[in-house]
Amino acid sequence: MGNEELATAVDVAGLTVRRGPHTVLDGLDLRIPAGRVVGLLGPSGAGKTTLLRAIVGVQQVHGGRVTVLGRPAGAPELRRRVGYVTQAPSIYTDLTVTENLRYFATVLRAPSDDVDRVLDQVDLGRYARTRAGDLSGGERSRVSLAAALLGAPELLVLDEPTVGLDPVLRRDLWDLFGRLRDDGTSLLVSSHVMDEASRCDRLLLMRDGALVADATEAELLARTGADDVEHAFLALVEEGVR
Amino acid sequence: MTPALTAATARRVLAQLRHDPRTIALIVLLPCVLLGLIAWMFHGTPVLDQFGPILVALFPLIVMFLVTSVATLRERTSGTLERLMASPLGKGDFVGGYALAFGVVAVVQALVVTGFAVWVCGMDVHGSLGAVVLVAVLDAVLGCTLGLAASAVARTEFQAVQMMPLIVFPQLVVCGLLMPRDEMPTVLEWISRAFPLTYGVDAMQHLAAGSSLGDVAGDVAVIVAFLAGAVVVGGLTLRRRTP
Repeated sequence: MGNEELATAVDVAGLTVRRGPHTVLDGLDLRIPAGRVVGLLGPSGAGKTTLLRAIVGVQQVHGGRVTVLGRPAGAPELRRRVGYVTQAPSIYTDLTVTENLRYFATVLRAPSDDVDRVLDQVDLGRYARTRAGDLSGGERSRVSLAAALLGAPELLVLDEPTVGLDPVLRRDLWDLFGRLRDDGTSLLVSSHVMDEASRCDRLLLMRDGALVADATEAELLARTGADDVEHAFLALVEEGVR
Repeated sequence: MTPALTAATARRVLAQLRHDPRTIALIVLLPCVLLGLIAWMFHGTPVLDQFGPILVALFPLIVMFLVTSVATLRERTSGTLERLMASPLGKGDFVGGYALAFGVVAVVQALVVTGFAVWVCGMDVHGSLGAVVLVAVLDAVLGCTLGLAASAVARTEFQAVQMMPLIVFPQLVVCGLLMPRDEMPTVLEWISRAFPLTYGVDAMQHLAAGSSLGDVAGDVAVIVAFLAGAVVVGGLTLRRRTP
């Protein structure tokens, strides 16, 4: 276990991404440990999605280096080892849930019984034959998550997977993330809801394309003397301004 | 490119169409309705025999162009393309899967439209009827592949729909349908040779006048070359990494 704790899932060095005239990320450095649930927290527009896209290898980058599971991000051999859930549910609304998952399972070369496994994991078994377009927004995003779980990837990159879910479902999903972590999966989960910090093993706080903090929740609260992550975030930003 | 993944993508696109019977009806019935109108308008004249085969090739091209460009654009805007580009799916699998799926639809469409023209409208083809169906299928698949390539350039649904007049109408003007190509100004005649539709119309004109498949083999070869070229362009314009 000791050695595994030191393992690195993602290493980002000097990452620069520009979009139009804006520099979204400017020389970002960070490290994401393997086998942990790492929360990427920050307000909308902080550059979270851009960072996640760069890690998955679908973002055009203008400088720096992103290493994922020891390989350059986006390398062909990583495409089955990294699961990615986009912010908006990326599934075919005109197909049933099972048809969606079967297609993605074939693409990922996941075993055929994987469809039932991931449906169980996101608790959507009863909707297997429902057209995805007939599901609620929260259910669709869980189908999108299920598709990323196919083939049991070593690293899961989840962009705001709990948005719009009721508290019970949010708790269930965070429980699922914890179980996946216990099975050895590394997870990077973005959120703009600061109270989800308590479910993460480690936190990355982002603002305006820069890293504000990289710590555990306890370290963060101790360092800032704040009662919760929201206030810790405010304290760190104000400290930076001064 | 992996055959299993190309086939899986084609199956998925066909499954999507199966859930949308109205679109299938439009794809198959719309060309029939248009052809029926023309047959009715020119009833008792040789116009249908002369131009019918050309229209059999033309309507499917336009319909399939539209359907494909919108379908692939939807894939871009919904985020499913991003998911696929982060997966082991090859770009060739994506484009090939779409071409294959819509190729199947094109075969059905060409058979129904040709059958309707011959047996319902009374179109009389002097040349090989099988060759008419073949050219119609190839033209429909060409419409798909051009639509795939065009949707790569379009950023919005509005642009995707405008690609149809942009890419199809100039071809229509100079393909020999409005004026025989040997009577056109030389420059326009040259331009017409650069457009794939010209060869489809040329083949159909010859078939209507009594040619066999062998007589139009040159035209067919050029259409196939354009088709392959459009698949390659469609694949090249797909990007794993986007801004």
